[in-house]
Amino acid sequence: MQNNQIKINFLSIRKLTSIVSLALITISIFSIFFKGLNLGIDFTGGLLLEVSYDQQADLAEIRSALINGGFETPLVQSFGTASDVLIRLSPQAQDGGVVRDQALELLSSQDSSVQLRRIEFVGPQVGEDLTEQGGISMLIALILIFIYVMLRFRWKFAAGTISALFHDCIIVLGAFSLFGLSFDLTVLAAILATIGYSLNDTIVVFDRIRENFRVMRRETPINIINFSLNQIIGRTIITSLTTMIVLFALFILGGESVSGFARALIIGVFVGTYSSIYIASTSILALNITVEDLLPPKREEEEDTP
Amino acid sequence: MNRYPLWKNILVLLVVSLGIIFALPNIYGDDPALQITTEDGSPISVSTLDSVQDALEENEINFLASAIESDAIIVRFQNVESQLSAVRVLSEYLPYHVVALTLAPRTPALLKYFGLQPMSLGLDLRGGVHFLYQVDLDTAINQYLTNFEADLRTDLREAGIRNRIRINQDQIEIPIIEDSQYDLAGEVIRRLDPSLVVTTEDFGEDRGYLVSLSNTQITQRQNFAIQQNTITLRNRVNELGVAEPIVQRQGLNRIVVQLPGVQDPSQAERILGATATLEFRLVDFENDAFAADSSGRVPLNSILRLREDGSPVLLRRDVIVSGDQLTDASFAYSQGVPAVSVRLNNQGATRMLETTQANLNRPMAVLYIEEKPEIVNQDGEEIIINTREETVINTATIRGVFSSNFQITGVTPFEGQDLALLLRAGALATPIIKVEERTIGPSLGQDNIDKGKAAVIIGLLLVVFFMSIYYRVFGVVANIALLLNLVLIIALLSLLQASLTLPGIAGIVLTVGMAVDANVLIFERIKEEIANKNSPQASIRAGYEKAFSTIADANITTLIAALVLFSFGTGPIKGFAVTLALGIITSMFTAIIGTRALVNLIYGYRSPKSLSIGSLRRYAK
Repeated sequence: MQNNQIKINFLSIRKLTSIVSLALITISIFSIFFKGLNLGIDFTGGLLLEVSYDQQADLAEIRSALINGGFETPLVQSFGTASDVLIRLSPQAQDGGVVRDQALELLSSQDSSVQLRRIEFVGPQVGEDLTEQGGISMLIALILIFIYVMLRFRWKFAAGTISALFHDCIIVLGAFSLFGLSFDLTVLAAILATIGYSLNDTIVVFDRIRENFRVMRRETPINIINFSLNQIIGRTIITSLTTMIVLFALFILGGESVSGFARALIIGVFVGTYSSIYIASTSILALNITVEDLLPPKREEEEDTP
Repeated sequence: MNRYPLWKNILVLLVVSLGIIFALPNIYGDDPALQITTEDGSPISVSTLDSVQDALEENEINFLASAIESDAIIVRFQNVESQLSAVRVLSEYLPYHVVALTLAPRTPALLKYFGLQPMSLGLDLRGGVHFLYQVDLDTAINQYLTNFEADLRTDLREAGIRNRIRINQDQIEIPIIEDSQYDLAGEVIRRLDPSLVVTTEDFGEDRGYLVSLSNTQITQRQNFAIQQNTITLRNRVNELGVAEPIVQRQGLNRIVVQLPGVQDPSQAERILGATATLEFRLVDFENDAFAADSSGRVPLNSILRLREDGSPVLLRRDVIVSGDQLTDASFAYSQGVPAVSVRLNNQGATRMLETTQANLNRPMAVLYIEEKPEIVNQDGEEIIINTREETVINTATIRGVFSSNFQITGVTPFEGQDLALLLRAGALATPIIKVEERTIGPSLGQDNIDKGKAAVIIGLLLVVFFMSIYYRVFGVVANIALLLNLVLIIALLSLLQASLTLPGIAGIVLTVGMAVDANVLIFERIKEEIANKNSPQASIRAGYEKAFSTIADANITTLIAALVLFSFGTGPIKGFAVTLALGIITSMFTAIIGTRALVNLIYGYRSPKSLSIGSLRRYAK
């Protein structure tokens, strides 16, 4: 049963994939550091108005009306359709209510067909709190997961899991930074969901690796891992496929409000699937995994010995 | 053999039927509706119902039904347009009533009788206004400290102790002028409130004491400020007339207010955030207000305030009655002049009676106080500053003795209505500042619902199609489990009455994609077992058994991520976390126990030569 099922030698290209991953991570970190994220008002604070017109909206005219009305650097862009417009006004230290009323008055005096779809005002202090909370919750999630994996497996597996998760988070963040995609609360939620998904994938791989170490004690670790990857690749592809199907449905049909969320998860699921095969298993190989590391916890060990 | 014991089959059946029953109210949808209640909370009468119907017919507004449902008239409409024109008409027709926009579920009476309700929709799906207010706790603490300072000042004066009491930041400094009174002063100070922290201090020439609030007192005071403000905001929201509002504390110092159906954030905000209140004081007529204003020298027991036209008035320092002693206020025209009628509580009435008796034919003033918190940037740090505006809206000569009921004039109709409302709802203990606002127009809400539904249905159909092709009979079993999983999520959401938001729908979509994972794991395992030349029955058994720990591990870790998301807690993320977490839990049941029951029913009672589980080519040797 042991060797005849290795059809794809996944780990033969592990040097290449490690280089690719390192390169992606470096680019991501550089981009996050130097270019930064295109943070939405959830984080920066500010005022956002979504309005719709009867016919196609003239963005330039709206922009100049706002500038004439005393708003500095308003961001005016179409949202979804040509008649829907998204207006973002820079963070104001003062109460958002006054600004909102002024802006709405300006818009309706310019074109009376304007209809309010959505207002979002976020004070600067809330934005700061969110940025802090967002970072903290991501760290807490990673720590809790590390502890759980360490209890269920061993520390080398936990380290492998966490490096795969860091890999995924940084690359998704990097993609959003590099392409200047708007980063709001829902994207943050999507990144945390990515952690969940990628983790799910990694655990499945590790579970199989651990199981095979019990029955294939004479094999080299690299062969066992390769063998395990071959066994679960079918499941990995099918689950990623069904998840991708629904995410694309959400991305295409769900409207602008959830497109950022869907986009982040599409990138996340793609990277997460890749990392559970390459990053997680290469990490445990690099940590020089031995049979002892993989022996199941003591209680089960007794049951195992014939 | 692969058979479930009877109790397990019954358990599955029970969960399925309960799930369907609880999810059932959601298939009926809802009508745009108006909820009409009386302003003072008294029961609504049948005659009002008649006049509502007459008014709508007169204005040719179509409506589906109107009836009294639990102390409110609910009028249902075919579409939002007639609902909106009806709200304009009815608000004018029914002066002492509150007309609020709402959605009335079309749940049949039988289901309603058993307390079954459809999922409640979040603001992003039904439209409305969301405010997040921050309570200015520093001011609350300062006010508290100032009260103690006033009390200590009185106690020390009564005990004949000479001192130079003053507030220095968060402490009260009490230098004692005559050192012989030092010990006595300590006793007096400690007697006031044993929980105050009192320490001795050398103030240069004088010895004295430092008084500060204990940590317990600070926490208590902060909690009190937030609770009191929450109650006031709730009262104000009730005055606004909103169906199913939410007013809730969030975190240490914030209060969230959600007003479904409200479309004008400016009006709501003007009422919610205002801190207007009144004070009644005697006018100091013995001194010249203009002289005091120009010289800047105000008599010791008086304060200088301005009228709306800018002319100065001198008022007595002692307050007769303040806004928190008001029990009711209403707006009316008194002899053709707009006026606010107020009623005082017992304590206020007694004070007013004594004062008017002793001061007949002397002038009394009504002081209108409004506090506006503002965030300013000071040295790169955001701080809240309160600007307090005090205006004398009216001075009048006391013509007779009065106590609990009287009228105040000197307001415009617009001011009078707002003032009456604010006085009725009570004052805010501490200023609040709006730190977040989200308004969703009704058309966007409906758009979000439609798009969310489309995404769920299309995503589900595609997954179902794929699974049936790839796993044949087993795929169909997984699909039934998937549908059941969706039913269970909806049932749980309806049961918990957790509001469904757009990110929540995204969570459901994601669950649909991920829920099949457990089945994929099991089915691939079964295929492997078959490829290893095990019998179909043994393969099914081994597949389920071996995949279990993997599924559990994978789902628990995802659940950890969902729980962290939940505790992170702000609106949109919470909605996503709730549906994701519920979806994981229900999918564990449907994908493992549910599918096994079905597979057992199909294959458990015979000896199949092969299983309809799709291609085994990948495992062929």
